[in-house]
Amino acid sequence: MFSALSQKLTSILDKLKNRGSLTEDDVKGAMREVRIALLEADVALPVVRDFIAKATEKAIGQDVLKSITPGQMVVKIVHDTLVDVLGEAQELKLTHIPTVILMAGLQGSGKTTFSGKLAMYLQKRFSNKKILMESLDVYRPAAREQLKILAGQVGVTYAGYDSDKPVQIAEQALSKAKKEGYDVLILDTAGRLQIDDVLMQELEVVVKKTSPHEVLFVADSLIGQEAYTVAETFKQRIPLTGVVLTRVDGDGRGGAALSIRSVTGCPIRFLSVGEKLHELELFDPNRIADRILGMGDIVGLVERVTETLDQEESEALAKRMQKGLFDLNDFEKQLSNMLKMGGFGGIMNMLPGMSKLKDKIDETKIDEKVIHRQIAVIRSMTQKERKSPKLLNASRKRRIALGSGVEVQDVNRLLKQHQDMETIMKRMKKLGMSGLMKAGLKGLFNMK
Amino acid sequence: MTDESKSKGWFSRLSDGLKKSTSKLTDGLTSIVTKRKLDDEMLQEIEDLLLSADVGYATSHRLVGALKKKRFQQDVTVEEVKATLAEDLTSILKPLEHSLTFEDKPTVVFMVGVNGSGKTTTTGKLAAQWKAEGQKVRVVAADTFRAAAVEQLSVWADRADVPLEKGAANSDAAALVYSSYETSISEHDDILIVDTAGRLHTKSTLMEELKKVVRVTQKLSEKAPHYTVLVLDANIGQNTIQQVKLFQEAVNVNGLIITKLDGTAKAGIIIQLADAFKLPIHYLGVGEGIEDLQSFEAAAFIENLLSLKSLVDR
Repeated sequence: MFSALSQKLTSILDKLKNRGSLTEDDVKGAMREVRIALLEADVALPVVRDFIAKATEKAIGQDVLKSITPGQMVVKIVHDTLVDVLGEAQELKLTHIPTVILMAGLQGSGKTTFSGKLAMYLQKRFSNKKILMESLDVYRPAAREQLKILAGQVGVTYAGYDSDKPVQIAEQALSKAKKEGYDVLILDTAGRLQIDDVLMQELEVVVKKTSPHEVLFVADSLIGQEAYTVAETFKQRIPLTGVVLTRVDGDGRGGAALSIRSVTGCPIRFLSVGEKLHELELFDPNRIADRILGMGDIVGLVERVTETLDQEESEALAKRMQKGLFDLNDFEKQLSNMLKMGGFGGIMNMLPGMSKLKDKIDETKIDEKVIHRQIAVIRSMTQKERKSPKLLNASRKRRIALGSGVEVQDVNRLLKQHQDMETIMKRMKKLGMSGLMKAGLKGLFNMK
Repeated sequence: MTDESKSKGWFSRLSDGLKKSTSKLTDGLTSIVTKRKLDDEMLQEIEDLLLSADVGYATSHRLVGALKKKRFQQDVTVEEVKATLAEDLTSILKPLEHSLTFEDKPTVVFMVGVNGSGKTTTTGKLAAQWKAEGQKVRVVAADTFRAAAVEQLSVWADRADVPLEKGAANSDAAALVYSSYETSISEHDDILIVDTAGRLHTKSTLMEELKKVVRVTQKLSEKAPHYTVLVLDANIGQNTIQQVKLFQEAVNVNGLIITKLDGTAKAGIIIQLADAFKLPIHYLGVGEGIEDLQSFEAAAFIENLLSLKSLVDR
């Protein structure tokens, strides 16, 4: 799930990311493309409209356009809006005895399979809980049989009251759960269309009679625009407390997650990711948003950059670079900033598309120590030397090597690297900070 | 089934089933176009409407583009906009009408699709309908994986009064289908319906398993399976396209059945499917009853979708 949407959004936002300056039109243009990407990912139209309105407002407000990395700020805004829509992670609470959990949803959304998975999850998570399951699906042939088999596979009790009246079955199962001291009662219901009034009424009565603590809306993550109306109607008729998305292992683009979450306002609790009983994941909005934007964690990087870098200092540095100036003091500043941001591995982890390079780094075993050593080398120079590296003759180099505890070759390597970077700087006047960062990294690569 | 619903013609049943989708689209259209100039703003609204009917971005955009070309800056009414849309839709959907024929005895029909799309229910309905038409039908419960899948089909087989072939839980589906085909040949059946296990199109091992079932079936006749029908849930959005694509690549799907059209407000995905794959659509599932499986007819479908009649009534 989410991969296609993520590719789309990444490519749209990539165009902005490295831009030094943005106009309002740039942002609006990007947002138009984001809109299409969201629609193609099956996000319901009202939700898309709302999303774009919010994100655009934030992006054009807040002086984003004047900041040094407007593109990345826009990325961050889209990300934050996504996280906002997806809501917070929230676990099921089993505070009541028995805690009654009811499933609701359309036909074929995966309620029965999820009921089995939930039982298995709860059993693993809380080893001492007594779990009772009951199916209220008297309509689909062999639906009750299916839950009975699943209960057997998990190793929990299946009540199986013999009746063709779901409300009656539910009441009997609840009284059994109370009498026999079950901690959890899972009630699986028949799939129903939100417009089927008779069945919706039946569901209302079941809710009234059993007062479930959790009413989980189970929905196929591949569902289209219909997600909006279906979720809305269910929400109006019964008090939903959570959402479960199934068939997340397909190649759906995950728009349903946004639609349903927006409409119901209920937290997404679980992602059901396969046919086997243990294939269930807790939902983490942050991780999903990252996945949607396919950005490793560029957002974390932007955050860390904004946290650690002194704005004025960066601006000064940027100005110098725009003029193509880059002396050893600047180099040192860059190296220290890099350390502040979690060193090499930290940065690489957060850069999109850098995973391949990361393996290479692991191979060459470049780590923070190297950066520390390079800083030491620069600090063993005089201010004059730092400003004009040309001064460095053989005897000065020997002194510096001695002072920083390295060999003369290491000093030479650092100087070569600085020279390379200086050349790059001159070429890259137009690219701004982010381009610089990458060039800086690449420069470091050449070091052995 | 009550007598009342039995006596209803298929058209009114289809209308009933599609009422939701129809009213949604027409309500929207009516509110957009009463009699005003067809300008960019209005076109955008129509496009949004198509989008929220799961028509998909590219197709919606194109349909609206065609509309613009024909009527831009003219004063238009809802009926006129609809007539123009209907015209374009007819040219897309009309060629896809196709009913199944059974020349070979037995004609082997495979039902394939993702989990929960409605394969077993559709298998049950087809068995009952074909049996009622006087065909000798047999069904195979080839979903040996999902708990109680066999029991579910067995109830349907009883209702339809057709023989059911089944294997043990988790047994080899290919072997079961092979032996069932043999039985079907020796029993001189007209039709053998194979209800395969639901599988996500992205699970390559499960798709391989399906290919194997097909290969094994072909050992008895190169022509088999005569029909490989992909069952699609109308509620599913753009992912439907992926499903059709990957199933077609794996097992040469040659027809579609779209289920759950009674609930969905958006039948628009059909337009996109037709556009992208040109696969015939055999049936639409518009309800839970046995007879709620209707042949696909483009004119009725479009008329229902855009509800020209109800517009005139307004």
